[in-house]
This record gives sequence, C-alpha cells and structure tokens, in this order.
Amino acid sequence: METYTITVNGQTKEVTVDPGAPLLWALREELKLTGTKYGCGIGACGACTVHLGGVATRSCLVPVSMVGNRPIITIEAMAEDPVGRIVRDSWVSLDVVQCGYCQSGQIMSAVALLKSVPRPTDKNIEESMGGNLCRCGAYFRIREAIRAASRQLEGGVR
Amino acid sequence: MMPAIQVATGSQLSRRGFIKASALATGGLMVALYLDPPAAAQEGAPPPPRTYPPDAFVQILPDGKIVITVNRLEVGQGAQTALPMILADELDADWSQVTAQLAPAGELYKDPLIGIQMIGGSCSIPNSFQQYRELGAKTRAMLIGAAADRWGVTADQCRTKDSVVYGPGNRSARYAELTEDAVRRPAPAVVQLKSASQFRLIGKPVRRLDSRAKCDGSHKFSLDLDLPGMLIALLARPPVFGGRVRGVDDREARNVSGVRDIFEIPLVSGSAIAVVADRFWAAKQARDRMKVDWDLSGIDHPDSLQLFARYTELAKTPGNVAVRLGDEHAIDQIPASDRIQAEYEFPYLAHAPMEPINLTVRNDRDRAEAWVPSQIPTWEQAALAEVLGLKPEQVTYHVLSAGGSFGRRGTTDSHFVREAAAIAKRLPGAPVKLIYTREDDMKSGYYRPMFVHRVEVGIGPDGMPIAWKHVIVGQSFVIGTGAPQEAILVKNGVDKLATEGTDDSPYTFPNMHVSVHHPKVNVPTLSHRSVGYGHNSFVRETLLDELATRAKYDPIAYRLKLLKPDAKKFRTSLTLLDQKSGWRHRLPRNHASGIACSEYNSTCVACAVEVSIENKRPRIHRATLAVDCGLAVNPLSIENQMQGGLVFGLTQLMANGAITLKDGRVEQSNFDRYAPPYMPDAPVSIDVHIVPSAEQPTGVGEPPVPVIAPAVVNALFRLTGKRYRSLPLTTV
Repeated sequence: METYTITVNGQTKEVTVDPGAPLLWALREELKLTGTKYGCGIGACGACTVHLGGVATRSCLVPVSMVGNRPIITIEAMAEDPVGRIVRDSWVSLDVVQCGYCQSGQIMSAVALLKSVPRPTDKNIEESMGGNLCRCGAYFRIREAIRAASRQLEGGVR
Repeated sequence: MMPAIQVATGSQLSRRGFIKASALATGGLMVALYLDPPAAAQEGAPPPPRTYPPDAFVQILPDGKIVITVNRLEVGQGAQTALPMILADELDADWSQVTAQLAPAGELYKDPLIGIQMIGGSCSIPNSFQQYRELGAKTRAMLIGAAADRWGVTADQCRTKDSVVYGPGNRSARYAELTEDAVRRPAPAVVQLKSASQFRLIGKPVRRLDSRAKCDGSHKFSLDLDLPGMLIALLARPPVFGGRVRGVDDREARNVSGVRDIFEIPLVSGSAIAVVADRFWAAKQARDRMKVDWDLSGIDHPDSLQLFARYTELAKTPGNVAVRLGDEHAIDQIPASDRIQAEYEFPYLAHAPMEPINLTVRNDRDRAEAWVPSQIPTWEQAALAEVLGLKPEQVTYHVLSAGGSFGRRGTTDSHFVREAAAIAKRLPGAPVKLIYTREDDMKSGYYRPMFVHRVEVGIGPDGMPIAWKHVIVGQSFVIGTGAPQEAILVKNGVDKLATEGTDDSPYTFPNMHVSVHHPKVNVPTLSHRSVGYGHNSFVRETLLDELATRAKYDPIAYRLKLLKPDAKKFRTSLTLLDQKSGWRHRLPRNHASGIACSEYNSTCVACAVEVSIENKRPRIHRATLAVDCGLAVNPLSIENQMQGGLVFGLTQLMANGAITLKDGRVEQSNFDRYAPPYMPDAPVSIDVHIVPSAEQPTGVGEPPVPVIAPAVVNALFRLTGKRYRSLPLTTV
C-alpha cells in the first residue's frame, strides 16, 4: 500500500491504496464519491468517465499511482461547472435517464465534448459518445440533450 | 373483516424499519396509521381482496411533502414515477411536493392481481393502476372527512386541489394540517374515482422523479451502498456450469493486504470460492492470485456449435404440440413452388445490465438484514432466510434501485441471494456486499435461451398463407423449477414463454401446427426483456415480409389484410404507423424501409425503419413507432421506453451480439466481445406515436424490444436481396 496525494474536485486528498488500484475504486471506496460508476473495468463502457487533466478518461483504467498532479473532476463537481450545469439541466429537461447508471459517464463525456467543441456535428457527437454504453438505449435523448445544451451554450447562457 | 386501526407516533414507528427510515430521513414528527397486516398469503396464491392501508403507501409530512411508496423495483422502466402520478392524481396532491420510495419486501406490497411482490412481464402499471388510484382516492376522502368535521360541513361541500382542502366560505386547510385528524378516521371501503376528464397528471407528460439525482451522481444504486464495517466479497466460479471446488491454493491470495477470509460456498449448482476483503480491489487481486482446482467431472460441457446442430436435427421432427388448427397435413398438399421453408437460429443473449449483479447482507444470527435490487422481494427474502436458518419475517429486506435488469434480477432460484447469504453466514455481524465483476455477470449464465425455429408456410393463389407448420427448439427455464408460474405457463409439455408470439399469432392461418422441443442443456437460462416475443416475433414478422413481397403487397397493407378480426391493437397501431411513416414512399437512393409489429402482454407496437448499408453494417437513419398501450398514463415515459426498448432489441443484430459456449466455457466475458449497441448503432431519430385510448393501461417496458430486429432485416432484404435468418447479424 502506498499513500498518494491527488486533487479531486478542487480539493487535495490523500489516499492509501495498492499502487495498481484503479482511480475508479479510490474515488468510490476511499473518497466515497460513488457518482462515478463501475461498469466493465476494461474501459469498454464509459460508466466510470471522469475528467483527468481536463480530458475525459476511463477511471477504471488509470492506476492511482499514474494520476500525478493532474486534477480530477467527477460528476459530483458538475453542479459548479457552467457547462456541466447546462448539460445536467438539459438531461433533466429532456428526461434522458432511465435506469440512470451510465448517465454520470455520459454526462462527463458530453461535458468534455462541449468544452472542446461547443457546436458539435452529429458525427462529433457519435465519435465522442460512441464509447459510452447505455443498456436502456437512451441514445436518441442523449443526442438531443447534447444538441439542446449546445444551443444554450451558443446563446451564452452561463 | 376490516382490520383495526391504530394511531402510531414516534416510538411505535420503529415496528417497521421502512417507516422508521423515512421518519429519520425527514426528521419531523410523522403521524402514521397502521392496519394489522393480513395473514401471510401463500406465495403464488392469489391474495383475497384486501383493503390497503393508505399509510403504507402514502406519508404526508408536516412540511407538506408527500412520500409515496412504490411496490415495484425501479430498473429504469419509470414505475417509480408513474405509480406516484396515479396515486397523486386521485389524491389531488401538489405534485411538486411528491417524492417516491421503494417498498421493502412485505405482504402489503405484493402484486394485487398475482399475489407475488415482483416486477416482470411489464406488469407494474396494468396490475397496480386500480390499486394506486384507490389508495389516492381513499387518502383524499379521509382528508376531506377530517376537514369537513373540523368545519362542521359535509364532505360533498369540500373540494381539493394541490394538497389543499377547500370548504364553504373561503375555508381551506393544507393536507399536512389535516393528517393527524385524518388518520383517526376509518379508511373508506369504497371510493369514487375520477373520470378521465378530471385527471390532472394521468395522461400528461411528466418528467421522472429520480432524474436529477441520477444526473448529479447523488442517486444511490445498490453498488453505492456504504455501511460501517462493510466487507466486499467476490466469487471464483467454476469455468463450467455445475463445476465443484476440488482444492484451492490461496497462500498468495491471503497475503494480499485487506483480505479477511477465503472459503468455499455452495452454489445453486456446484460450488465456488468466496474471497472477502475490506475493499473491492483487494478482493479482486486476491481472487486473481488464487489457484482453484476444479472438479468438472460428471457435468455436461455444452458447445454452441454442437447445440445448434442438435437443435437443427430436432427441429425436423414434431415436438409437443402447442397449436393445432385445421388440417395439420394441409402443408403437404401445397406444391413446393408455393411453399417457403425457413430455418432460424437465435443465440444465447446476456442481459448485461449496466450495474452488474450485487447485493448486501448482514447476518446478525437471530435476524438478518439485506439490501437488494430485487425483482421478486418476498420470494428472495424467503430464500435468504432458508440459507441462514431463519424465518422470512426475521429478515428485513430493503429493495434498492437497480442500474438496469432486463429480467436478469428475476431468477426463481434466487441464486445471488443464496450466494450472498452463504458468505454472510460465515461472517456474522458484518455487512457483506457480494459484487459480480462484469466478467462474473456475463459468464454467470441465466441467458435468453438459444433457439432454432423451422417453419414451412404454404401460400394460396391469392398470396395469403393457407398453412403454417412451425417447430421451435429451445430450453425452458420454467419447466421443473416448481416456481408459482409453472402451473400457469406449462401445458402439455409446452412452455408458453418459448412459444408466445407464435402460438397467439394475430394473423389468420387457416391451418396451423406449432410444436416445441425443450432440450435439457447445462446452461442456466432466464426471461430476457420481451421473453418469447424476441425470437418468435422475429420469425413471424420476417416471414410475413416474405409473404407480402411475393404477393406484391405493401407490408403494412398485407398485415392489415391478414389480421384476425379481434387483433384490435395490431390494427390501430399498424394504421397509425401507416399514417406516420409517409417517408417510406420518398426514400433517398440506397435507403430502404422495413416494417414489423409485435404484441407483448396486450400492448402492440408497430415499427418502420429506414436503413442503408455503411461499412457492411446496417445504418438505421430513422425509426417510426406506433404503440397501443391503452390509456397512456405518462406519455413521456412511454416515448422514452419505446425509444430505449428499440435499442435494446438491436442487441441480437450486433455482430458481437451473442453469448457462445465452447467446451462448456462461455466465450465472452466483457463488452469487448459481447457488444450491445452503442450510439452509432442506434437509430439516429426515433419518433413515437401513441394510439389515443381510454382502455385499461397495459405495459410498455418490453413491447418495443421485438420489433426493431425484424424491421431492419426486412429493410436489408430490399437492399441486398438476402434474407437474414441467423442471428447475430455477422455480415450484411
């Protein structure tokens, strides 16, 4: 076991874990940030998506020992993020969720997309969201919610 | 006999854990009313008509908040919003103040029609619609009674709106002010329900109550449960179903920091090694470092290729008869040129809900507590009690919301509950969370069974079918289980869940013969969202397309012509689909349309898709759906279920949409080799149209699933001239 200092949602945290332990489980079990979900453990479903150094990242694949000083942002911090708030409200407004288990990861991927491409094309959306699995099949509404959020961002609503 | 009424406050609330939890969460004094619980009904026996105590379902708190208890697990289907809507409408509650909670296992929460506490068969709304309306109306009547007494007026001088009772002379009282008086009144035996024109919520698009919490990370799924001193357990399962532990070398595993214990437990079939640690990662590391010596002798090692070969042979002989209509030899009189013969293959399918199987159990020796995303709570409570040597009433069984299920959590053998109980039995006092990794979840069985269908259709001079001869081969997961539904579903050795969609065909076939073989195979199988319709409707609807094509008919017109007179919902939904899919007649080059329709437990869905081929895969540009589900309780939720259910139904068209076995071992373990649809695979647009109806509401969770796969391959035929009868769809 090793102790690591990581920055999560703007706060500095110490976690003592096995060096190989994925960031996902450190967030969930050590820091009790359970909004980030376990779905596959091999980076194939996107339920564990967080922003690591500003990049949408599968936290199940990143050992805590490899995080270094890159800031980690999770779904729990989206309420304080201007784009995150718009995306979340768009999700609620369009009634996107069903079981909801994948939606933290979907929202984190969507926020990362809109931060880099505020006006994504359909192709941009498919490419950025194409690794986020939703077994309830809410993809149509996810697309619509991203488009709606993009329109709001364009209108300068902050 | 009317049960006695008690008024309970504070300390008495602790008699029921769920009420207590709610009182603690809200902090305020809550007045609640109890009725003596009815005598325990035998599981599966229809319960006697009963009066439900509204307080077990409705709590009106001093601050005006209204908590409605939902007797169904929420898996995404929206029952946790629709049932409160129904109750709140009759209660005239202020919807902005309504929240929902899931009921624990309990007699009161059994399905009022089938006598089992469960979700399955899309039954939540159809079976609890009347129940939740009456609960709301009774609660409202008690509140009005309290207000009328207080004001010295009659009840019919009072009216209600948004959680307020209004009386003559500008008098008004909030529900929360009336609760204490209201609970002292007897619950009325009979109440007047609203007429449809009086509905304020039912029939309106209402957003989900659980949406915001599911979008900000705060919603707690079962896997998110955190209790003091909680331990995490993983199982090392046998590589072949039914395998047993012969020995284990766990020296290295025990050295992993955080590991508490390693021991063998029995499985429903065979045995496994449980690894218990204080964290998930420690348990997983330890499991990976363990060497288990498995005894795989004396058990079948099923193999998909061999099974298909065996099933195909079986399909050439008649099985147990499910339908015999007219002359079963009529097919032999029809010339070969007027016959279609078709063989279909359907693979095993994993449900693979996003949240893998997990649950938590604490064994306190003389009692136990469990936290489970449970489809059949009282049934599982009894299984848990049995393993721990307790009575069911000694087990407090909390139902936690699930990250999907699609049938996976509805096992009749309660295997995951028994496994967790067996682990907790060794570790009294500590809450133990059993987690299936994705690999465990995917390899653990309980799949949609593999099926082979062999059909011969004889066509008359008018292009309409004269004879339909059909053999179905596939496992039954009902026969021999002793589960309550066995007596209802199995007749003459035929499991209805394997034949539904064929045996109840909405089309007129003057001569029809359907028979079934149910081979025994060493692979656990289970209901999978849309159950028998998933394969039967595929066979029926693709063959209907062949028939329509041969007869040079529009596929909708052909179906409408062939429908039985009583297939009313097929007629309404196909007619609406025809009106809404005018785009079928104005398609771009290299695009084609396909049609299919299916019923599921009295709901009918008709679907049109627009498809082209990109990179040798179908690209679905558009899907238009028409659904007749009786009264549309929450049109928004119906639209949502239709759109999502379509995508779920695409799984079996995916190139890697199959679970296969080789030498007894499941070949897929994660989403890399079992790949359900992702966004690019799903229709780009999906428009949903609901047939206006005032009839009893019917379910919507499963009905959309069966239509998309046949609609897409019917469209592909128009692009490639090929019929696709073997799933998954590996190449176009």
